[in-house]
Amino acid sequence: MTDTGLSPSLLGGAYKNVNTARSFRSSLKPVWIVGILGMCLFLQGCGLSDAPVLFPKGPIALAERNLLFTAFALMMIVAIPAIVLTLFFVWRYRSGTKKAAYTPDWEGSWKVETVIWLVPAAIIVVLGTLVWETTHKLDPYREIESDKPAFQVQAIALDWKWLFLYPELGVATVNELAFPADRPLAIEITSDTVMNSLMIPALGGQIYAMAGMRSELHLLADEPGVFTGRNTMYSGDGFPDQHFKAHALSEDGFADWKDKVSAEAATLDAETYLELHKQSVANPVTYYSSFETDLFSLILRKYSPIVGPYESRAAELICRGAA
Amino acid sequence: MLGRLTLDAIPLYSWVAMGGAAVTVGGGIAVFLLITYLRAWKVLWTDWLTSVDHKKIGIMYVVLALVMLVRGFVDALMMRAQQAVALNNEGYLPPEHFEQIFSSHGTIMIFFVAMPFLTGLINIIVPQQIGARDVAFPFLNSVSLWLTAAGAALVLVSLVVGKFSTAGWTGYPPYSGIEYNPGVGVDYWLWALIVSGVGSTASGINFIVTIVKNRCPGMTYMRMPMFTWTTLCISILIAFAFPALTVVAAQLTLDRTLGFHFFTNGDGGNMMLFANLLWIWGHPEVYILILPAFGIFSEVVATFSRKRLFGYKSLVYATACIAILSFTVWLHHFFTMGSSANVNAVFGIATMIIAVPTGVKIFDWMFTMYRGRIEFHPSMVFTIGFMVTFVIGGVTGVLLALPPADYLMHNSTFLVAHFHNMLIPGALFGYFAGLNYWFPKAFGFKLDAKWGIRSFWFWIIGFYLAFMPLYVLGFMGMSRRMEHYADPNWQPYLIVAALGAICVLCGIICIAIQLYVSAKNWGSARDITGDPWNGRTLDWATSSPPAPYNFAVQPDVRDIDAFHDMKIRGVAYQAPANYEDIVMPKSSALGPIIGALGFVLGFAFVWYIWWLAALALVLGLVCVGIRACDDDTDFVMPASEVAKIEGARLAQITAADMHDMQDFVPVGAASGAPLAGRV
Amino acid sequence: MTETVMADDILEHEEKKSLESREFGFWVYLMTDAVIFALLFASYVVLSKNSAAGPTSKELFDLGHTAGETALLLFSSLTFGFATIAMAAGQAGRVVQWLIVTLLLGLGFLAMEIIEFHGMIAQGAGPGTSGFLSAFFTLVGTHGLHVAFGAVGICVMIGQVLVKGLTLPVRSRLFRLGLFWHFLDIVWIGIFSVVYLPGVM
Repeated sequence: MTDTGLSPSLLGGAYKNVNTARSFRSSLKPVWIVGILGMCLFLQGCGLSDAPVLFPKGPIALAERNLLFTAFALMMIVAIPAIVLTLFFVWRYRSGTKKAAYTPDWEGSWKVETVIWLVPAAIIVVLGTLVWETTHKLDPYREIESDKPAFQVQAIALDWKWLFLYPELGVATVNELAFPADRPLAIEITSDTVMNSLMIPALGGQIYAMAGMRSELHLLADEPGVFTGRNTMYSGDGFPDQHFKAHALSEDGFADWKDKVSAEAATLDAETYLELHKQSVANPVTYYSSFETDLFSLILRKYSPIVGPYESRAAELICRGAA
Repeated sequence: MLGRLTLDAIPLYSWVAMGGAAVTVGGGIAVFLLITYLRAWKVLWTDWLTSVDHKKIGIMYVVLALVMLVRGFVDALMMRAQQAVALNNEGYLPPEHFEQIFSSHGTIMIFFVAMPFLTGLINIIVPQQIGARDVAFPFLNSVSLWLTAAGAALVLVSLVVGKFSTAGWTGYPPYSGIEYNPGVGVDYWLWALIVSGVGSTASGINFIVTIVKNRCPGMTYMRMPMFTWTTLCISILIAFAFPALTVVAAQLTLDRTLGFHFFTNGDGGNMMLFANLLWIWGHPEVYILILPAFGIFSEVVATFSRKRLFGYKSLVYATACIAILSFTVWLHHFFTMGSSANVNAVFGIATMIIAVPTGVKIFDWMFTMYRGRIEFHPSMVFTIGFMVTFVIGGVTGVLLALPPADYLMHNSTFLVAHFHNMLIPGALFGYFAGLNYWFPKAFGFKLDAKWGIRSFWFWIIGFYLAFMPLYVLGFMGMSRRMEHYADPNWQPYLIVAALGAICVLCGIICIAIQLYVSAKNWGSARDITGDPWNGRTLDWATSSPPAPYNFAVQPDVRDIDAFHDMKIRGVAYQAPANYEDIVMPKSSALGPIIGALGFVLGFAFVWYIWWLAALALVLGLVCVGIRACDDDTDFVMPASEVAKIEGARLAQITAADMHDMQDFVPVGAASGAPLAGRV
Repeated sequence: MTETVMADDILEHEEKKSLESREFGFWVYLMTDAVIFALLFASYVVLSKNSAAGPTSKELFDLGHTAGETALLLFSSLTFGFATIAMAAGQAGRVVQWLIVTLLLGLGFLAMEIIEFHGMIAQGAGPGTSGFLSAFFTLVGTHGLHVAFGAVGICVMIGQVLVKGLTLPVRSRLFRLGLFWHFLDIVWIGIFSVVYLPGVM
């Protein structure tokens, strides 16, 4: 349990943006250490030690989780007294005991009222400030600052699988995502079916995939590893199986993977895409050594008005569908 | 002739679905036979179905809610059972059936359990709390009831004829559009929403006018009981929010039925518009469900702490704050749709601000208990269970309000756990507290407390068992609405959650036993004074059950705790010098007829039976026209009859029945004031 | 004998109170209707540029025709106002005359709207063509449907005035119908300035 995000060094290096998490931690050190260590022991017993949200594998998810924990700790200032006092009052002032004081006409106290309005309000002011900062810092659209250029991937939601295009490599994969672990991952997302939502919980939060629209997600992994990703937005019968493995690979590993995919005979031309577009459940991992030029923008264009003839047969096939 | 309705509509595709259909049909036949056997059709029709008496309408609403609660809960039980076993296998439910079940569970629980339950309690109690003889529009009230029932009937019928929606209770397009969902399911869902939504809107209007116009002398706004205050706030919310539901449902219906392009993929549709419109209704709806429960908790906590409500003004302002803020936060339901950071942050902060007035309420109830004499009546126990559990839901709600945290938790079981944590302790426990608290008011005898307490323990333990694992599963990355899954780590949690559901089942059985036992022993638990709990508000001043006119003489209110104050001043249970004639609304068969036409209209549209839809629409207009021309809707109950009813009631009450008010006499007040019970 | 007189008094008093409630309730109802229109306007604004492969508003809208519709509806509001004045003066015959004029103007408006819709559908610009046209037909059509219901209401009220005379409930109903009719006028002004004017700009 050393990789639970206790070490601030995880935040350094490539990802310079999310340093708020560090300041949360220093201001709340004892809470963190006791809380997290205790939790680790407990959670391991519950099969929780690889819960992706609690033990993230990338700085974005870590910062998101830390925000979760900070807000949780802050709210305990009000929540714990509320629960404890409620139970205490219930016991103390039960009708059976006649010892306790009884003031049947006591209807208010401005001192109490001030406290119960202002303390929660103060917490919300603190949380609000935090929200303003972190929402901007952790905006899924925000590019991650890094020495190395981001690795571009285009993700397309289909029924019921994910298609990933790698413009840099010229290859495409279905239900498997791979990227170099030392570079930020920049995913462009759209859908060629109903609304989906792309998420790799261990690396960070999600964003919707909608037909005719382009959304973005920027993620980063701490180190090489394999993470589960999925569509979280219910989309029909094949939805439960619409998950994939995301491989953050070392330099060598990624080169190997690239060779493996490039060696694949199958190519994703317009006809193959139409075939792939048909509904399928638990689609096996598939590699394509190349894909149709501008496939991503063609899929986007499919849902926009088309005036005049198509520039190519591929464009016509993809935009018009199988018909 | 029958549109797309053919024999294929009978659910022969799975034995589970067939079973559901058989139970629904069998239940209907059983009720029909029972009523016939009891020769109760005439009484049922003249005294109940056509009644415009707000108390009877309220009771019918609650009955509807309890029946639908059982149906909705069976859905929940089936889902929990499915997920408990479906590790790497299909379980016992095919995906399409599982999808119908989670869609109908949500739809039923929100629209046909929570809404009728709260509307029923409001109907029974609010007119009495403000010293009114009826609601402002008794006939409209009946129409509202029957339109709600028609919506519920559409959902029930979908089990037997055709299928229900598979698009979830929120029905996001384009998945719910005709292109991806060509069957009748989504249409059933839409028409159930449209028909019952019109009824709810009318209820909202009705109670705004009732509370503004029908308060008795002395009942100023700042003397209204908290339950009435919350009712006023949610009525305003209903009037503003439900039109949004009507609009969005109508637009999706147009898309599906007539090929419009509001929310389609391509052709100029915009699915994000749907999400916005739906949640412009949907978020206020959450408070529509919860605020009346807050009102009930406020009444219960003061009564059973034997103390004045602490911070009445704070509670009123907090309620109003929540009501206003509820319109400013809808976007937090889709932070992940790609809005700019500015927009997300603003809505996130607005959402968290709601936690402040809500927290204030919890503390106000807590300080009402402080230096009180707390009695553990079932309604009070539900209130205490609520206060403790709701705090947890509030905390997780604020966590979800942080956009970056929401990116991690959105669409997960954490979210499912959160909103159940708000709606079960927050709303349902409140309604159960109200049921235990006001049952004697409606029926004249008390509910069995022992079984009430048992139902509470099963419910709260079941709740924790069922939903705490879902919070954890959210951390483990489990999405909602999964028919099966591949991660073996999830299964233990899902098994615990299923056990929780079984525990809740025991809670529901306890409520059934409670109703049965209480009805059997009703004679020994009669409420003679109309005030079984030494209550504080005006609803306890009437007899139990109240006379049709509630109050023979309009009460004169001088305090927030109006009836408590009357008891202390010794003016409770006093016969007036003389009675007066009372104008009462006449029963009307048009209410149930309009409801039935609403059902036929919805059914005809679902199955594309156009002539039937047109016929229902025309007949509906004719009904409205008939009513619009009718000037003879009231009758006069003569003073002599009122005197007879009131005389009989007061003759029953002896000094021994009255509560001892000695504890409440203000310290230092002039002694010698006559006290009820010390006469 | 005295008892029935007393009962009638009480009935009348209650009726008055109930009519007051109805008028207030009707305002609240109009507000819910206003919310419906507000959301339909919002939907229209969101979708107004989404004409997909279909024609745009510029190609479809004819301001002259719209001006005619506007004139008819505004005048009908005015004539309903005259009917209300006649009602205040207790002249049942005048009320009926002005209501008939209002009805005819309203029907004229509906006829023009139907011609407009029919023309658009005939040239392939029906509500199923694009998001823009779906929103347009829904917004303008919902208003038209309201006008049609209002026209039915006017017919019913003409009948009631003729049969019952200007009794208290009839006056109250006429007053509420008037509110409804003027409300539709205001909505139309909104449609004119949000849909048609920007549509041709």
